[in-house]
Amino acid sequence: MSNPYAKLPNWAEYGLIPLVNLIVAFFVAGLVVLLVGENPLEAAYHLVNGAFGRGEYIGFTLYYATTFIFTGLAVAVAFHAGLFNIGGEGQAYIGGIGVALACLYFDQTLPWFVVFPIALVGSIAFGAAWAFLPGWLQAKRGSHIVITTIMFNFIASSLMVYLLTRVLKPLGSMAPQTRTFAEGGQLPKLDWLLGIFGLNIGNAPFNVSFLLALVAAFGVWVLIWRTKLGYEMRVMGHSPGAARYAGISESRITIIAMMISGGLAGMMALNPIMGEQFRMQLDFVQGAGFVGIAVALMGRSHPFGIIPASILFGMLYQGGAEIAFEMPTISRDMIVIIQGLVILFAGALENMFRPAITAALAGFAGRRAAVTQSKGA
Amino acid sequence: MSDLAIELRGIDKSFGLVHANRDINLKVRKGSIHGIIGENGAGKSTLMSILYGFYQADRGEIIVDGKPVAIRDTNAAIAAGIGMVHQHFMLVENFSVLENIMLGAEESQILNSSISKARIELKRLESEYGLEVDPDALIEELPVGIQQRVEILKALYRKADILILDEPTGVLTPAEADHLFRILAQLKAEGKTVLLITHKLREIMAITDEVSVMRRGEMVATRQTSQTSVEELAELMVGRRVLLRVEKGEAKPGATRLSLRNLTVKDGRGVTMVDTVSLDLKAGEIVGIAGVAGNGQSELLEAIAGMRRAVSGTMTLNGKPVEVTGTLDPAELRRRGLAHVPEDRHHVGLVLKFEESENAILGYHNNPKYRNGVLLNVDAIRAEAEEKIARYDIRPPNPRLKTANFSGGNQQKIVLAREMERGPDVLIIGQPTRGVDVGAIEFIHKRIIEMRDQGVAVLLVSVELDEIRALSDRILVMFAGRVVGERLPDASEGELGLLMAGVEGPKEAAE
Repeated sequence: MSNPYAKLPNWAEYGLIPLVNLIVAFFVAGLVVLLVGENPLEAAYHLVNGAFGRGEYIGFTLYYATTFIFTGLAVAVAFHAGLFNIGGEGQAYIGGIGVALACLYFDQTLPWFVVFPIALVGSIAFGAAWAFLPGWLQAKRGSHIVITTIMFNFIASSLMVYLLTRVLKPLGSMAPQTRTFAEGGQLPKLDWLLGIFGLNIGNAPFNVSFLLALVAAFGVWVLIWRTKLGYEMRVMGHSPGAARYAGISESRITIIAMMISGGLAGMMALNPIMGEQFRMQLDFVQGAGFVGIAVALMGRSHPFGIIPASILFGMLYQGGAEIAFEMPTISRDMIVIIQGLVILFAGALENMFRPAITAALAGFAGRRAAVTQSKGA
Repeated sequence: MSDLAIELRGIDKSFGLVHANRDINLKVRKGSIHGIIGENGAGKSTLMSILYGFYQADRGEIIVDGKPVAIRDTNAAIAAGIGMVHQHFMLVENFSVLENIMLGAEESQILNSSISKARIELKRLESEYGLEVDPDALIEELPVGIQQRVEILKALYRKADILILDEPTGVLTPAEADHLFRILAQLKAEGKTVLLITHKLREIMAITDEVSVMRRGEMVATRQTSQTSVEELAELMVGRRVLLRVEKGEAKPGATRLSLRNLTVKDGRGVTMVDTVSLDLKAGEIVGIAGVAGNGQSELLEAIAGMRRAVSGTMTLNGKPVEVTGTLDPAELRRRGLAHVPEDRHHVGLVLKFEESENAILGYHNNPKYRNGVLLNVDAIRAEAEEKIARYDIRPPNPRLKTANFSGGNQQKIVLAREMERGPDVLIIGQPTRGVDVGAIEFIHKRIIEMRDQGVAVLLVSVELDEIRALSDRILVMFAGRVVGERLPDASEGELGLLMAGVEGPKEAAE
């Protein structure tokens, strides 16, 4: 009786359970809003309206979602190989160097569609390199990847402070950031995409890296379920014993999976640097690496689950800002609480409602069987 | 007062959509040894877990000694006089026997008085039931047979009148098992009731008074042991007639395929698990390795399969040397004609969360025929899986089903199909029928003998001595990492049992 939970049908496993978890998370969040003396329904209205009420809001929501798709995929890829990469934050941060260098070198001479692929390669290379070290340390030295990636986040942070205050900062500037890129370092917005639906994007920085994120999600699906490397990663992730049995090199897979994960995290840097700020600033990642963990958990590490989960978190970010703006007693920290509750219920307490739902479904199926039986008799 | 120790009425239990126990009725007479048999997944363990308070029944009544009782947890079971000896012992390894027996039954925060009281009580139980153990020995230093005795004492110390034993002989040598049966007979003589859960028909025949058979969550029959036969019980368990004897002709051994010389393997703690083992395995023969679990057989298999590095020694496969002490590569060994059915299909031989077809290529996934450019050729993989499913009668016949949803026997067939269908020169098999239902055992044994007849060299490791004797052409006995003797399969069980217990025969002793 190692697994007392019977298998649920797919619609319940991937639809009903996440939905119930989400509803409970929002319900508890509503209680917190009540506690600070505000109307939860009003907050909910501002959350949804702030995220989807206007074309511009939708643009912002999808801009945030783009970032989270990259970091969510990064966590998911490592997770399929049984590795918990907490270092998405640092890998994305370092990935920014690749983007910034490409833009600083070529923005005045080349058009964006040439600079973009160069920056892409740069972001992947830098992100992957930053993930290579923890991967190598785990594979060859047995240092636990959770510990090393956390430490590498701090190292990345210090390194970037150094680079942005000493090396990449233009002479005479007081701000810890690179110079603003010329047109070659600026990604075009996807105003036409929202335009199809008759929406006006306004000032939202929704840009072509969203399309890249979708391509990356499909690429990750192919990698995990349709290539030999993905097969080997999944064998190792599910059963290290079976991997050893099959002759799959644990150290090789650890290092490769971490580098792919780091590369994906690095790609995240394209979105804020080339798509919004047009320069690299201090702390441009803003915790997206950690949100990626929640996104991957919620999306069940499946690319096609990560996209809606990213949009959900994009909504929380954008709509949350709107709540803070419209309801002054609710600060931005409140939004962090709501996000935390979503993570808690969708991730950590994933199985809390499973027995009840399983029993309810079984009872329903049993009653239906009884009804058909009595009809037959 | 009733002459029934336990009566179960209409016990019903579902786990989600799985109906594990279906309207079970059972009567166990006081002072009897009552056997419960059934295949894996028949619901025996669930039923006993309900009786011992691990699970709650959805419906039904439990009546102990004539009184209906509600068993909500194990404390309630103990209060009702029910004790359980688990298949995997629930003992604290670095505690002494006495401490283990007291654990959970201490009378106060200060242990001194409890300890002396327990010591006196333990002495009394020992003499009453002939269960000698040293109360101050540490559990980890005791052999498993004695550890099991401590489990029994634990139950008796809690004043159990009804003892449930779950697969008690799985880890014992034949001699230890005999000793256990004498203890059980003694308990019965003292008026205790014993419920014995097992899948070994011979044990049932040897010591029980009555036997109940479970199949697919239902109690299908209860018989007086003296009025039934092994054949009838097997048929009741499986639901159809089964062939218990394996038919096989003479072996025709050919060239040596696998040869080991002085192979020594240590485990992670540096303890020598395999000690200078040498053996030769010829084409067209089955060599069985007998031994009580934990005497180095597992490590030997792993070393041969390239999963565990040997400390010293040499190995040749098809006449060519294999670096057993160097870089390990199970994939390379596979290419050279070695197939391996591992002992632990759940954690090694299969990835339970994978689709059946994905497991059907595990270890052979480098083969270009499964690839289509950089991508896996999923269609080819599934088509091949379907062929194997048909040939090995794997049920349900769906290559896209999650492997965890197959029964133990069908999971084992998935592994066997994968390893046997590649035309290996050497096949090494660990526990081919562990946790496999009787119907599938028959099939698996036949396939192993077919492989031999096709000229494959087969090395077989099993803790089921009957299986070793039925299949092998030669038997090597391992004890404490060493091969302590070689016998023909017609050697008596007693003789093999002595070797397995480390008592060398007179001939060896003279050397």
